[in-house]
Amino acid sequence: MSSTAEVTTQRSAPAAGAWLHGVVRDVEPATLAGIAGMDGGPVRAVSAAGLVAVVSAAPMDEYGEEPLRRNLEDLVWLERAARAHHAVVETLARQGPVVPARLATVHSGDDGVAASLAARRAELVATLDRLTGRGEWGVKGYLVPGAASVNAEAASAGGVGTAYLRRRRAQLTAREEHQQVASAAADAVHAALCEVAVAGRRHAPQDRRLSGAPTPMVLNGAYLVDVSALSRFTDLLGSLGGRHPGVRLELTGPWPAYSFVAERPAPDGVVGESR
Amino acid sequence: MTAALAPNSADDPLAYRPVALVDLLDRVLATGVVISGDITLSIAEVDLVRISLRALVASVGALASPENTG
Repeated sequence: MSSTAEVTTQRSAPAAGAWLHGVVRDVEPATLAGIAGMDGGPVRAVSAAGLVAVVSAAPMDEYGEEPLRRNLEDLVWLERAARAHHAVVETLARQGPVVPARLATVHSGDDGVAASLAARRAELVATLDRLTGRGEWGVKGYLVPGAASVNAEAASAGGVGTAYLRRRRAQLTAREEHQQVASAAADAVHAALCEVAVAGRRHAPQDRRLSGAPTPMVLNGAYLVDVSALSRFTDLLGSLGGRHPGVRLELTGPWPAYSFVAERPAPDGVVGESR
Repeated sequence: MTAALAPNSADDPLAYRPVALVDLLDRVLATGVVISGDITLSIAEVDLVRISLRALVASVGALASPENTG
């Protein structure tokens, strides 16, 4: 597809779209002025339908569909973009509820941003209401080697050859059991945390090659927690850690509520609003 | 490089720890609201996520050494 031909651009000022960071009810100009957006540039507000979208300029030679597709495959570019986007969303989240946009949500111009604000107003307002006074917390659980019951030793009696085979089989079985125990613990931890959280969902466990973790991840949970319930949540997490030695739990956050704004949340592991 | 810091609350032991890129990508790629309209990527969204994650796995060398363990 050769889109370059029809785009009338000067060298100095390529056509710019709008990279959407997130939607808020309102934002102080001073707050916006203090935020660096994509490529360190300024962010601006696009107001429509009583809502404000915070966007960065997105020159089409970098953020148009084709270049974007290429850039997203470039880890250095991706990390820079993700961190810049997150920095904006995070700053907004500190001021009040924000509906974060997924990375690489690019409109061709401000008119398009305004039109989608108007078109999705009811949903956005409902989401902002739901997120008010709440934060997202991440809980990751890693398998702890050797923490589950080990039956391997018990099976080591017998002749030399068969003993080896039996021991080997027992080791494999133990590893499977171990994994099962950890996985059951992850389910239990998630269920317990969901009792205190407003909502919870599980992301796919992170690839160890990406996380650099020494052991497999069995839980990658995200929880929407009322500010007033936060200490209960962290206390519970502490006690769950003690109750499930087969899993090492790690808390991250607070995050902007990235995991709780999806239009249609993934059905797996999502609990509904408890209130 | 701008060191993005973990959001934190006053009594949070995680305060000021840099956000791990993997944790961030979990959130900014796989979730977040997609506001349709004239988004240039509306059709490609799902593909983009898949492509970039594949690229990530291919680039593991760069990520496998988490600098934020301490």
